[in-house]
Amino acid sequence: MQRYNGFILFALGSLIVLGLSHGNLINAYIQITIMFIGINIILSSSLNIINGYMGEFSCGHAGFMAVGAYVTSVLNMWLFASDRVFGPPLLPPASAVLLFPVTLLAGGIAAALAGLLVAVPSFRTRGDYLAIITLAVNYIVKSSIENIQVIGGARGFMGMRKVVQSMSEVLDVPWVMIWVLIATGLSVWLIYRFVNSTYGKGIVAIRDDEIAAEIMSVNTQRMKMVAFMLSSGLAGIAGGLFANILGYINPGSFTIMKSTEVMVMVYLGGMGSLSGSVLSAVGFTVLMEVLRPLQLFKWVVIPLLLIVLMLFRPEGILGNRELSDVFPRLKRWFGTEQGGK
Amino acid sequence: MLETFLQNFLNALQWGSFYALIALGYTLVYGVLLLINFAHGDIFMVGAYIGFFIATFLLGGYALQLPFALAPGVVFVVTLILTMVLTAMVGVSLERVAYRPLRRKGAGRLYVVITALMCGLLLENGNLALLGASRRSFPELIEKTVYKFGGVTFTNVKVLVIITTILVFVLLETIVRRTKLGMAMRAISYDRMAVPLMGIPADTVIVFTFILGSSMAALAGVLFAVAYPVLEPYMGVLIGWKAFIAAVIGGIGEIRGAFAGGFLLGFVEIFVAAVFPSTLRDLIGFSVLLVFLSFKPTGIFGVAKTTKI
Repeated sequence: MQRYNGFILFALGSLIVLGLSHGNLINAYIQITIMFIGINIILSSSLNIINGYMGEFSCGHAGFMAVGAYVTSVLNMWLFASDRVFGPPLLPPASAVLLFPVTLLAGGIAAALAGLLVAVPSFRTRGDYLAIITLAVNYIVKSSIENIQVIGGARGFMGMRKVVQSMSEVLDVPWVMIWVLIATGLSVWLIYRFVNSTYGKGIVAIRDDEIAAEIMSVNTQRMKMVAFMLSSGLAGIAGGLFANILGYINPGSFTIMKSTEVMVMVYLGGMGSLSGSVLSAVGFTVLMEVLRPLQLFKWVVIPLLLIVLMLFRPEGILGNRELSDVFPRLKRWFGTEQGGK
Repeated sequence: MLETFLQNFLNALQWGSFYALIALGYTLVYGVLLLINFAHGDIFMVGAYIGFFIATFLLGGYALQLPFALAPGVVFVVTLILTMVLTAMVGVSLERVAYRPLRRKGAGRLYVVITALMCGLLLENGNLALLGASRRSFPELIEKTVYKFGGVTFTNVKVLVIITTILVFVLLETIVRRTKLGMAMRAISYDRMAVPLMGIPADTVIVFTFILGSSMAALAGVLFAVAYPVLEPYMGVLIGWKAFIAAVIGGIGEIRGAFAGGFLLGFVEIFVAAVFPSTLRDLIGFSVLLVFLSFKPTGIFGVAKTTKI
């Protein structure tokens, strides 16, 4: 029974949030902040697969997010809404309710395929050279989007609100919030199951010693491919949700700055700690919103805080441990299944 | 046809010079510390700003003025030297405040890298918050003369940039190959553990490395500001990342590599922009890099490390 406690807790929390936002008991600003927390959780925990568990240095996560965001929104616009470029909708707009997760998943798959751009060079390259490749992929994605005029180029792509609206016309519930919560829960659960499975322990083995791992019959190439594709696919799903929350995306939102932000969350929480990533994603998003009144000085205070944190606790908040290692009592409640938030 | 080629060739040499000078800082620090100093692009920006303030002061643009007027050439040289000294101090203080305590603690490499990223953000946003978002125009220190040679036009600034870069290359190669400090630098990159045991003061060598790298970034900053006289807080970001890429293409940790990579990247960018629409410049440049690194993962001059089991 206790192994379902995490799931039950998360489901209850989600239902409360949904109820509050459906009844407009919390204002739109708080709703958006909650959705961004969800997206940041997906981003930081998926980057943690590469940077934390596999010990590589990927600094182009925003690129995969961009692929997911654009594929999902273009599909949505093409299928469910009338648009200047894509013409009338192919399917009745009401079907968006059922097919929205499909387009979201399609964005994830496209991003996972883009992840191959990094995965294939990673067979031969490691460390700093791989970091450059991820950086280059981020730039390549951003500047290819800028050069495709059909989807708006550098001006950006908009209209996703129409899709969300046609979903609300069928049933008036906060759809985007629902999908953000589901995707967050699922991806944390997926990553948890993956890194704790015998199969997934292969990526930790690659971090510790690639050659030894290979001798111990870990198929390193395959593991790398799986890790990169999983990580970038989840980033793509986060991107798709991001596009539907804002209703407008442009290539400028997916720069190195965004990648840096995600990286900061991973290192803040601690490499190789899933609960650390989740906690730091929540903390970082809230911190960003709290510091908003500082305006320009926000981006002075945040790096400064992180530098100080690094000086006193260089391994991040949780280091290599999970929350249940720090507070052993949690184990009694959540068993081995420490999913959810 | 030949004239356009020569014209682009000159432009590429100048553009590559900036990349090479900045890439040098990455490569020197990496060679000694195995640290990617991501704050380096912003050190370049700081250099340009320091140069701006010194030049404006020397030209009498502030309330506090020099009692005598200087000739424009003298102003340029004094600005260059003062900027290099001050920027080197900025670089060294970053090392002292942020990197050295982490190194003492034996923190993992990636944590130092993330600290470097944060230092860069701090520098650019601190600048934005303190000096405001308005762009500044760098005073004209060297009067631009345009020479025409056949169909090829070039300015004295362009020639100055290219010649300076070549001189810096020769100077640095001499320092690293012929002097005792250079030998110590090479020793540290060869075996970090054994060096302190041989009585070589590792910290002094590291500080010296930062001085060299930061002053070269300052040099690039002032030259860049003379060639393109618009300063803004984020000017170092993109050029910094690209210089890092140049350093990696050349084989990071090798001085020759930084120059080769810098010029190569300059050539790719300028010639892509000459043939294709200029919006494709980044796309093609980075794709070339991706393909290159897939086939030669260690860069031009890099040597693959063999791992002992």
